[in-house]
Amino acid sequence: MNDIVEGMLSAFRLIFSLDRDLFEIILLSLQVTLTAVIIASIIGMPMGAWLAVNRFKFRRFTIAILNALMGLPPVVVGLIVYIMLSRSGPFGVLNLLFTPTAMVIAQVIIITPLIASISHQAIRDLWADYHDLLISLNTTKRQRILTLIKDARRSLLTGSLAGFGRAIGEVGAIMIVGGNIDHLTRVLTTAIALETGKGEFAFALALGFILIALAIIVNLAIHTISKTERASNW
Amino acid sequence: MVDTILPLNVKNATVKKRDKRIIGPINIQISTKGFTIIMGPNGSGKTTLLRLLHGFENPCGGILNWNSDVESVQQNQSFVFQTPIMLRRTAIENVTYPLSLRGIPKDTALKIAKEWISKINLDHLCNTNARFLSGGEKQKLAIARALITKPQLLFLDEPTANLDGSATKEIEKLLQEAHNAGTRIIMTTHDIGQGKRLADDLIFLYRGTIHESGKAKDFYKKPETQEARAFLNGDILE
Ligand SMILES: Nc1ncnc2c1ncn2[C@@H]1O[C@H](COP(=O)(O)OP(=O)(O)OP(=O)(O)O)[C@@H](O)[C@H]1O
Ligand SMILES: [Mg+2]
Repeated sequence: MNDIVEGMLSAFRLIFSLDRDLFEIILLSLQVTLTAVIIASIIGMPMGAWLAVNRFKFRRFTIAILNALMGLPPVVVGLIVYIMLSRSGPFGVLNLLFTPTAMVIAQVIIITPLIASISHQAIRDLWADYHDLLISLNTTKRQRILTLIKDARRSLLTGSLAGFGRAIGEVGAIMIVGGNIDHLTRVLTTAIALETGKGEFAFALALGFILIALAIIVNLAIHTISKTERASNW
Repeated sequence: MVDTILPLNVKNATVKKRDKRIIGPINIQISTKGFTIIMGPNGSGKTTLLRLLHGFENPCGGILNWNSDVESVQQNQSFVFQTPIMLRRTAIENVTYPLSLRGIPKDTALKIAKEWISKINLDHLCNTNARFLSGGEKQKLAIARALITKPQLLFLDEPTANLDGSATKEIEKLLQEAHNAGTRIIMTTHDIGQGKRLADDLIFLYRGTIHESGKAKDFYKKPETQEARAFLNGDILE
């Protein structure tokens, strides 16, 4: 119990000390995760929408695979991305291993299925509702998907936030592909792992609280933005 | 001006669901002008017949012969559903939607939509989410959304079934206006009075087959089949 209180106190001390290294770590965490969330949303949302709107032979199978991929073990993803990006791997020439880009790639792979699956569910429900109208209005497939994405945007946002939550707290994959290099690829979660390993529990805990606070702040910020939008719209 | 998609000739069309015949064989001609009402008790197949004509149901056996190619047939007809389907958007955005699908510039579309919103007396609800409107308001909005593309042919499936007198009156007026402006209207109802007020032509459907089809005046004056007579008398048809 004492450790936790101590951790909270040192978290505050850390933040108010305006430590440059700390802010670097926070900034990189946000940068990597938000980039990954945006890319994964750009891939996952249309994918989910497409799956909801189209009937094809292996549809059920594809959805089952997608749902299974949601549970991908991050460590395994990290390992595979590592192999792909390592010097002898197929993308070795790109020299991406141990860079923030590699971390983004790993996170995109981890959260795209999650975002696609949540999008699929949201859009499937809306599609059931809109089906006859959109068919009657003679919409093209593209128009249908765009309409559904637009009108399901609130649920889709929830999907993105779920992706954000998973990515910001993820450590296994980015540790492997990023290497936790100081001033280069160190983010909050890898720093926590490092400090814990060194026995610096109070410091690790302080970073943990900052991580939680960050997740809450981003969620609140996005909810506030979407609410102001609602006020002007409805 | 696009070529007219009517007349439509339906020959021997049958709609089946899981091997069960729902309607048919249907043989009718939909002429270029007029207001047709399809009447019949619950479950007689009114909705299915409208859906067949609109292209929602594929006839198994039989054909629908339009006076035009598929593309313009699809572009020149609108459908108003028994329970209105509202986009989760504001009232005005619902009405603008079909125009934006056709690539009409935003400000032009908005201007036309505003005129329609005024016409259906929903100015005060213009920016309200359409899901929160009353049944009558939704139905008026659905009709405006269907008419905004100036279709040659408008289908309506019991548009006033759940509405009270004044809302019904408002909608009938809208439909009369569209009719006078040259829109071909085909509408279902089981309101006998509504048929009398609006219809030029009348189709009486019973158990999936057309029992009578002709001038509405004649139908009301002198129904030919036993079932139609019973229906008009208000007897219960099973
Ligand atoms: N997809 C379907 N599968 C099985 N039966 C169907 C299907 N669609 C319609 N039916 C049946 O076909 C019959 C006609 O239905 P339809 O909806 O056309 O009737 P309706 O005249 O519009 O009735 P109402 O006045 O209640 O709206 C009904 O008995 C209905 O149960
Ligand atoms: Mg019906």
